[in-house]
Parts: sequence; C-alpha cells; structure tokens
Amino acid sequence: MTTEVGSETEVKKEPEKAEEQPAEPERPATNQTYEVKVVEAAEQSNESPALATDSAEAKENQEEAQPADNATGPEGEEPPASPPASEKKGISRFLPPWLKRQKSQSVVGPKESQVTPKEEGGVVLVNGEGEKAEQAEAEQTSSTTAAEPQVEEEQVNGEVEPEQKEEVNSEEPAENHSTGSAETQEEKASEKSQEKSAAEEEKKETEEGGEKKDQEECLKPEGGRYFIKSPLKLTKKVKMVMCHVIMLDGSQFPCEVEKRAKGQYLFFKVCEALNLLEKDYFGLSYKDNADQTCWLDPTKEIKRQICNPSWQLAFNVKFYPPDPSQLTEDITRYLLCLQLRQDIVSGRLPCSFVTHSLLGSYSLQAELGDHDPDEQRLDYISDFQFAPSQTKEMEEKVVELHKTHRGMTPAQADTQFLENAKKLSMYGVDLHHAKDSEGVDIMLGVCANGLLIYKDRLRINRFAWPKILKISYKRSNFYIKIRPGETEQFESTVGFKLPNHRSAKRVWKVCVENHTFFRLMTPEAPTKAKFLTLGSKFRYSGRTQAQTRQASTLIDRPAPYFERTSSKRISRSLDGAPVINMIEAQDSAPTSVGNGREPGLELSSDSSKSGKLRVQGENIYVRHSNLMLEDLDKTQEDVLKHQASTSELKRSFMEATPETRPSQWEKRLTASPATSLRLQAQGRSPPPTTQEPLSDLTVDTVSKSSDDKQKSNETTLQAAEVEIEETVVVEEIRVAPKGSVTITTPEVVVTPVAVETEVEKPEEEVIEEVIEEGKEEQKRPVSVSSDSHSESEEEAGEYHPQVTVSTSVEQIKEEPGEEEKEEVDDHEEPEQVAEPEPLPEVEVETRPSPAVVEETPMAEPETALVVDAPAEEERTKDILVTLEEAPNGHAEDQPGLVAVEEEEEEEEEEEPRVNGDASHAETERIPQVICCSEPPVVKTEMVTISDTFAAQKTEIATKEVPIVHTETKTITYEAAQLDGSGDGEPGILMTAQTITSESLCTTTTTHITKTLKGGLSETRIEKRIVITGDSDIDHDQALAQAIKEAKEQHPDMSVTRVVVHKETELAEEGED
Amino acid sequence: MASVLPYGRFTHAVVRGIPETFGKVEDEKNNRVENGETTMDLAKAQRQFGVLTGALRQKVGLQLIEIPADPELPESWRIEDVAVIQGDTALITRPFKQQRRSETEAVRRVMSELNLTVVEMGAEEGGSAGATLEGSDVLFTGREFFVGISSHTNYRGAEVLADTFRDFAVSTVPVCGGVRLKNICSMGGPDTIIISNSDGAKKTLRMMEQLTDHHYEVLTVPEGAAANCVYVRGPSKVDYLLHPPTEECPESVPAFQKLTDYTLLPTACSEASKLGGSLTSFCLLINRKPYY
Repeated sequence: MTTEVGSETEVKKEPEKAEEQPAEPERPATNQTYEVKVVEAAEQSNESPALATDSAEAKENQEEAQPADNATGPEGEEPPASPPASEKKGISRFLPPWLKRQKSQSVVGPKESQVTPKEEGGVVLVNGEGEKAEQAEAEQTSSTTAAEPQVEEEQVNGEVEPEQKEEVNSEEPAENHSTGSAETQEEKASEKSQEKSAAEEEKKETEEGGEKKDQEECLKPEGGRYFIKSPLKLTKKVKMVMCHVIMLDGSQFPCEVEKRAKGQYLFFKVCEALNLLEKDYFGLSYKDNADQTCWLDPTKEIKRQICNPSWQLAFNVKFYPPDPSQLTEDITRYLLCLQLRQDIVSGRLPCSFVTHSLLGSYSLQAELGDHDPDEQRLDYISDFQFAPSQTKEMEEKVVELHKTHRGMTPAQADTQFLENAKKLSMYGVDLHHAKDSEGVDIMLGVCANGLLIYKDRLRINRFAWPKILKISYKRSNFYIKIRPGETEQFESTVGFKLPNHRSAKRVWKVCVENHTFFRLMTPEAPTKAKFLTLGSKFRYSGRTQAQTRQASTLIDRPAPYFERTSSKRISRSLDGAPVINMIEAQDSAPTSVGNGREPGLELSSDSSKSGKLRVQGENIYVRHSNLMLEDLDKTQEDVLKHQASTSELKRSFMEATPETRPSQWEKRLTASPATSLRLQAQGRSPPPTTQEPLSDLTVDTVSKSSDDKQKSNETTLQAAEVEIEETVVVEEIRVAPKGSVTITTPEVVVTPVAVETEVEKPEEEVIEEVIEEGKEEQKRPVSVSSDSHSESEEEAGEYHPQVTVSTSVEQIKEEPGEEEKEEVDDHEEPEQVAEPEPLPEVEVETRPSPAVVEETPMAEPETALVVDAPAEEERTKDILVTLEEAPNGHAEDQPGLVAVEEEEEEEEEEEPRVNGDASHAETERIPQVICCSEPPVVKTEMVTISDTFAAQKTEIATKEVPIVHTETKTITYEAAQLDGSGDGEPGILMTAQTITSESLCTTTTTHITKTLKGGLSETRIEKRIVITGDSDIDHDQALAQAIKEAKEQHPDMSVTRVVVHKETELAEEGED
Repeated sequence: MASVLPYGRFTHAVVRGIPETFGKVEDEKNNRVENGETTMDLAKAQRQFGVLTGALRQKVGLQLIEIPADPELPESWRIEDVAVIQGDTALITRPFKQQRRSETEAVRRVMSELNLTVVEMGAEEGGSAGATLEGSDVLFTGREFFVGISSHTNYRGAEVLADTFRDFAVSTVPVCGGVRLKNICSMGGPDTIIISNSDGAKKTLRMMEQLTDHHYEVLTVPEGAAANCVYVRGPSKVDYLLHPPTEECPESVPAFQKLTDYTLLPTACSEASKLGGSLTSFCLLINRKPYY
C-alpha cells in the first residue's frame, strides 16, 4: 500500500510541485500509510499550515519559509484551483476527519488497503481536490461523514474501490463543505489572525488545528472541525451577518456568515448546500450600487464588495462549459440547465422558435417525466416559461416535442438540453455595452473563445484569445492589443469606450477570468506578491477548466440525489424575473438580449447572472504566455507607456482593492494604502506597535495588495530580497540628504517592503513600471545587486508577453500619434516632460471635487507629497521609453540611461509642483517614481495648465472631457518639527490604490521613505489621498477620517504635516 | 439549437424557370459590363437550367419544386435572392431592386406549402425599413451565417436575418473581389468553403476566418467562376458537387477533384453567369426532414 500510495502521491505531488504549492502537500495515505505519511505530511503540512497561518499572520513576520509560491498560503485551500496538487500533506493535515474515518476504516481497511493501494491514491487525489476543504471542514462533513463512515465501511468491506468511494463520498460532501468551510475557516482564521487579539487566539486555534492536522490526529478532528466550524466560537467577537443567496432554482438560501467572511466562505457554503463538487464553473453575484451585476471575489471579504445592506447574492454559472457533456456529474449539468433556462427566459440567450420549443420540451421531460396524455394538457404547460415571450403555438410545439422524449430520464433530458443549448451562438457569451472608437454602440461579448464584438445582433468582429496579446483598461476605456496578422507588421490596439470606469474594469476582469479559465492550464500565480501595484492586481485564482476537469475525474461518489425543482424555479423566474428584463430583452432584442446580463437589464431578474461583473475573479495573477492582462486605471497616456514599456509587460497589476466597495469612507480609505493597511490589519488588532508596526503595516499593505494569504508568504520572501534593495535605498537617501526625523522602525522591513512593492508593482501598471524604473535607477547607482533583483523580479512577473518589449516600442510609436502627443513629446524631449508633469498635478486638482490630503505621519514628510499621477505617468513614460530603447526591457541593461532620465524626470516633477501648488513645490523631487492614482478626469486640467501640451493635448482632452473650471485651495498644516525638508529622498512607493465609486473616487498614495542618518534611520511616510466626488461629499469629514486612520495606522508615528488641496469644479464635468 | 445537422442535408430544391425576358433587364447590364452587348441566348440558358434541375432531381435525388417562369419578372430565376432558408424557417428577403420584390410572392407561397415558418422582412416594418438583403449575399455554413455587405445587401438586412435565425451567429463581412458574396465563395461540404483565388476573395475569407468560432476547410480555386458550386449530400448519403464545367473554368476542375468521394456534376451556367448569376442562384435548398 504504502509504496503504491507513495507512487500515487508522488504523481500527485508532481503537479503540486509544478504548481509550487507548498501549502498542501497532502499525502492521502490510506489507512496504513496514513501514519507514516501522516508523519511526513505532518512535517510538510506543518510547513504548509505554518505558511497559511503565517500568511494570515504575515504581519508577524512569521512567514519565512516559503516565498511566492505560498502566495496562496491560505489559499492552499484555494489550491482547489490546483486540485491534485495538495493532496497528501494537505489531506493528512486537513483531513483529520478523514483520518478518523480512515482509522475507523483502517481497522477494517488495512487488509483492504493492502489490496487496494489505488484506492488510497484515488482517495488521495480526491482529497487533494477537496483536501484542503476536507481537512478543515471535516467537521462540517462530520455529520455527513458520520453517515458516510458506515457506508464506507460497507464499501471498504466490499472492495477497495468502494473504500475510495467511501472516502470520496465522505470527502465529497465533506470536501464541498470542507473546502468551503476549510477555506473559509482558513480565511477566517487568517482574518482573525489579522486581528490582534482574535488573531492570536485564532492562530492558536488554527495552529492547533494545523498541528492536529499535521499530527494527523484523527483524535483531534473535532478540534479541527471545531476550529473549522468554530467560526461560531470565534464569533463571540465576530459579528454574524445573514446572507441571502438566490439559488438557480429560485429558492432562497439563507446563510449566516461572519461579517468579515470572504466570498469563498459563502460560496463554499452554498456549494455545500447544493452538494456540488464541480463548483469552479459557478460563482456568486451581486448587484453593485449601479445595479450592475458583479461577481463576488472569493478572496475578498464579502462586506467589502457587497453594497446592499441585505447581502443579497445569487448563485450563478460563471463559466459556461463549452462541452457540458464533459461535466462529470449530473447535478452540475442540472444546475447549468437551470442557469440556461434563466438565460433563455430573460432573453440573454436568444433562441429561435424551434429551439425554444425543443429546449422547453427537454425541460418538461426532465421535470415531469414522460408526457402523460391524461393529465398533461396545455394548462400544465402554461406554468412553465420557455421563452421570453411564449405563445400558445410554442406551448403546443413544446408538448408535441415532449411526447417524443418518452422514456428519457431527467439526466438524459438535461444532457439533451445542454447539447442543444451549447450550440447557440450566444451560449456563454457575456455581453457588455460599449462604444467603438467612433462612438458607435456595440456589444462586447466575452466567452470561452475570446472576445466577440457585436453591433446590434451582428457579429462584426472577433478576437480569439490567442490573438490577444494584452488586455487593459484605463478609466472607462477598455483596450485589447492584437497580435499582428500574417501580413501585418505591427501589433494593433483596439479600444472600446465603456459607460464608465467600473464597467471597463468589469469587462477587463471578465476577460481575465475567462481567458484564464478556458485558455490556461493553471492560473498563473503571482510569482511575487506585488505589493505596490497601482493597477488592478486582480487575477483569476480559481481553478482553470483544465484543472477542474482533472479534478472532476477524481470524483468518485455515487451520483448525489437532488431534487429537481426547476418547475418551481421557472414559475418563480417568471415572477421574479423582472418583466423588464424580458421586455427589454425582447425589445432591444439582439443586443439587449446580450445585454441582458447587464446590470440594468438584470436588475429585475432574480438571479440572472448579471454576469457582466465577474468581479469575483480570484486573485491569482494570471500571466498568459501570450496574453498580458493589464488594467490601466491610469490615464490613457499611461496606457500607451505601458504598452511601450517592457516592464509593463512583465509586471502584473496590482489592483486597487476597491472594487465594488460602497461609498463608505472607510472602505475608500481602506482602498487607499493606509486603509489597505488597516484592512489587513483589521483582522488583527488595531494599529501595529511602534517600529515594528511600520514594518507590519508595510507588510500588510503589501500583502493586501498582493493577495491575502499568499501575500504574506511572498512578502516575507520579498522582504528578504528587499533588504538588499534597502541598502541601496539607504545609500540613495544618503546621497539625497533629507531625512529628517524618523522613528527607527524596523528599517529593513519597511524598506524591503517598499522595494519589493516597487518591483512588483511595475507589472501592474504603468505607474508601477515607473516606480520600478525609478527604483532601478536609484539602485543602479548604488549597487548593482539591487538592480539584479529588480530585474529578476521583473522578469518573473512579466514573462508572459515576449513580444511586448519590442512591440511595445512599436506601439508607442504608433500610439503616440493617435492617443497622445505627450508621449511623443516625452520621447523626443525629456525636458518637456516637465510640462506634462504640471499637468498631472493640475489634473489631480481638476477633479471634480477633490480633496487632497497629504499626511506625513513620519517626522519628515517629504515635500514631494505625492507625485501626481500624471506626472508619474509622464515620468513613467519617459522611463518607459528609455526602457524601450534599451534592448531589453530590463533596467539593468541601461542603468545609466535610466538614471539620467530619472533625474530629468525628477526635475520635471519639481517644476510641475512649482507650477501646481506651493506645497507641492516644497515637496522635494522624489527620485523614485511615486505611485499615483490617476483620477479619472485629469485631462482637462492638464490642458489648462500645461502650455505646450495644452495645445496638443487639449484637443484630445477636450474630446473626452469637457473642460472644467475649478477652484483650487491649498492648505498646509505643518508640525513644527517638520523641516521643509524639501529634499526629496528616494521615496518608496508603498501602495497606491484607487477606489472608485460612482460618486466618489478616493486615491491614496503612500510613500515610505527611509532615511539613514548616522546610526538613525528615519521612516517617513507620505500619504496622499485624493478624494474625488461628483456628489456632495463632506470633505472635511473625509479628511478627518483619513487623518484619523493614518494616526491609527501608525500610532508610533507623528503627523508632521497635512496639506489639503481642495479643488472645486465650477462647472460640471461631463465625465463619469 | 434545433438544427444539428451538418450543412448539405437537403431534401427539396425550389427553382424557377427562365422567363422569355431573360437578360432583358436594364439595370442588370451594369453588372455585366464585361459582356458588353453580348446577347443572351435564351434557349441555351433554358437548356442549362434544364440540365441543372435534372441533376438536382435525378442525380442528387432532391424533390424539385419548380415555380413557373413569369415574363414580368425577368430576374425571377435568381430565386436564391428572395429567400434565406434554414431549418424550417424561411426568411423572405427584401431585394435591393424594387422591381424584384414582387418575385417573393410566389416563393412565399411555396414556402408556406412546404410548412416552413415564413418570416417576412417586409418593408413596412419600421425596424427593417430600408433593409435590403439578397440570398446571394448570404453564406450559411451549417454553423453560422456570413452576410456579405454589398451593393444589394445592407446592415439592416443582415440584422433582420440575425433576428430571424437567432440560434446562429450572424457575421457581416465585406464583399471583395465580386459583386455578391456567393460570387466569390460557396459551400463545398459540411465544413468546406470554396473560394476564389482573387485578392478580394482572400480578404473576405480572412475576415470570415477571423469571425468564426469554427474551423473550415478552404478549397481555393483559381477562377472566380469556379467559386460558386452547389453542394448537396443527397438522400443516398453521397456527396454531390455541382460545379461549372471545364469549359467555364478549366483550371479549377482539378481542384474539385481533390474532394474525395465526391460525385462531381459539371453543370454549365454560362448564360446565367453573363448576368452575374451562378449555380447557386438557381435554387433554394431545403431540408424538410425532421431532425430531432
């Protein structure tokens, strides 16, 4: 057994290794092997759990062991994406229940086990899939398992396979639950761990659980289970919230979750309730403030996503399998059928009369069985809805066809239903309203194969995933970069205008997720945590279709019983399904139908997918070999630059956490770096302690930015890397004398983080890139080593688009003319950049009603408060350009050049500042790139301010944005301590996040600068918070809140300076 | 979707005889500039028509429905233009030329008699006002529609078609290298597109390839006239391809012979081609076999 098992495990391990998921090496040793393996597993598991906990505790710096791979440390759970991977260890650890079971089985089983090593393997595999969940959640399953064990025994007795099945069975329910619960638990644990007090306890618990798991002590399973389920225990402190999930059959699934629960906790709960194993095709959706349907991000807290107080969600199909017949279980197909019926009735999935009738007849067969001539007449049919508009004629046709299905089982009928539905041209196409470059209304359809462009109902273009090199969005624009055709020399970028920023991001996310799910074998894990990324770091972190299929092959449970309540659903759907939807669908017909998914249409509909917003995307960063995903929140210019810069390609985005967050300040704030810190900290106790706190904070932010668990691990790793960089930074600082006071914080920690973040960030967005560049430059002068790091990081991150580098240059050339002249200017004349910079600042100001609060908690607030995003962008552009020029995208290649450019840039920056505001002027140039969040509107301002550019840009800007007249007020509060230390020390951009809500945009930029004077090191944190809102915003309150938060976050630091820059629009802007 | 069958499974063909006024169309001269004053040989056209219908009926084995010729409608033989049929739905089109719109009446009747669901594109519908569509600009592959945007077919017409056949993707493509989409391409099998070798045709083909989710085999023929063929998989499960004879496209016949296991039926349509017509222009192909 053991040997066999071992082999199996090994096999499994390989994939895991490949995935690099240290977390869950699960050796699902069967009963006998169990022990031995258990031990091993324990070790391994220890690591993994440790990782997980660490990740949770990342702040504590415990995370040492595993770097990036662990990124998903807690995610080990998530590994579900990498199902097979985490089998053995994870199982052993996590599957205390199993162990118990196994033990019980083992008693019976040893013999059997011997006989059937394969079984174990099978089990293991299964475990691997559900393992994580199982482990943690064995508890949940406990009830189920309890019942199962018996079965298992029986099965075991019967044969080896049965055992597997048993295990599987137990696991399955357990898995479902377990995965859900385990993950959730883990999440919770992590969250809690974040919370100081709670965190510790939880950690202990978790650790215990981990230990238990590690120990593979079935004995403790309870504890583990407890732990897992225990959230309730913990709940003492935790607030519970009632969620209402509308299931596909129209029923309501109430579920109580912790207020801080992450999306996946609820999702797994739902899947558990459904007894669904193949859950990767599904997701939870909700309506955002704009009534747009969004996907719940499983890796993020629910409360940060959901806007409505009632926590209303819907369970929907997120990825429509192109070939439903490859689904393993009937229940999965059944749920898909339910979804498709919704889609059909809502008009989202247009069908011909005949198809409506045929599909309806299969639905009848599945729900009612054979046609009964006696009792079935048209009456019974009128209760069903088969089409948006259903005629008597259609009903007759349905009945007629129904008669021909005699003898067909419900499962067969579902299969037939799907076989026909999958051929519909709009099957699985997620439509989004947009405009093309000429302002013509079109629809963007995202599907398994790529991106479809519709005009009305006509398909006018199609971009298969392999043809797309890069996906990005900027403001309300969505861009795809197309691989050059056979006869074409240059890549081309196609841009679409979405109704607003959020919708652009939504499309981007959906594309990222669909591409990852359908095109990649495995989601690309963020090679390195990207701490400071400015852009969206969003990536799909779930399993890909390939992975879920593979995992499905391991499902070995008897077909679960489920009740088909579709008829109810249908009727409900009729009721619930907003008439509007149907009508709209019909009216708007083709397009609208497609649109059906759009929030507006969907609003009325119950659970209709509202697929558009597939926010959920799990956080895995996907780097497609060919496809780059970027979300550009920044200005278009930035986008261009991005394209140009190689670094961009390499780097992954960081995403501003704020996706769907409501308008609450807190959320917004959280979005901001500072807030982000908080958020991370949230789980934990309040503000970190003195010096360490900083480090912690930074780490936290980093971790947040990157992603939950994995982040922590990564951070640690990165931290190590960073250290070198730190040294560099320090040197730089020395060079630039400016550090004033600073608390000696864990220097290393802080800086490292910063460095790391910088490096990482680049991937995400242009800004990031800029930062990197800046960093690189800095580093370069100081030490080569640092450069290498940066490079290495970059490479890792970016590797996907090979072409990009060379291409980028080309693109730049091309684009500049098109989009922005600025870029060209930049290229030509770095000096000119200076002009542009001013613009950026201006831009910031210009924003509708922006209140800019700059906080410098640290003694030395660098004057260079925040480099305006525009400025940064510009810089980035310049930098980028240089990079581009450089043969390799890498900074290393052309350090000198870069540095020079930077200097220029810096100068430029200074100028702009001067132009912009006194405060800004004061601020020293920040050699390093500063992250900037770009306010949506800036351009107008730019026009005003920038002279040279104005002429050029004005045109562009005017097109997009109406000119806005603004009032500008700048108020600076400085603590006496503060020196005017205008010297811009090399600031390290810690975080920059942009939260955008309909009415409000809050951007927080945090620069952490560490200065070493003599033996003292100063840490200076500059935060720039830009609050932009269309509606009436209480800026004072917002400011107060921001300051308060900043203080809370850095209790050991003092606020030395607050600069409030307030701009008020006199005229309304057209944007947004 | 209800129609699962691959392209080519036809049971019926609807044709319309060659009227005495064949070729007596003023406007049509615009389309046959090359032919100059070439006079139409009515008898020859009718003979060729007879050969075609005979092949469809006796060789391919389709049930042939022939609508009598109407002298008032000189172009009525181009029956392909006035209806687009898929499954059991027939879309009666709105030809570009006003004088051709009355051609639809007889066709509509036949469609109804065949129990097809007749969808009107009528001019009176506000939505489709201004919509024009002719079947010779529509390429149905069995999986999707390509609508060539040409002088005779506009986007509105394509939208109506898309609204009619909702199960299928309807893609619009520019018509390059020919007047009508089917002048440059046609179906040569369930997944085979025959296309001419002209640059314009290649351009159109590229667009089609970009727009489709499916993969089609492409049979390139050196002569434009050879790009229009009629493929039918007859009731006898044999693949038939009606193609222009060697006299009309000497260099392309070898290409057709690459189609293995096909029964090639050289069918002349030299007279029709003088008017811009082609083999597919003569017939509407229908499948009335239940497919569930």
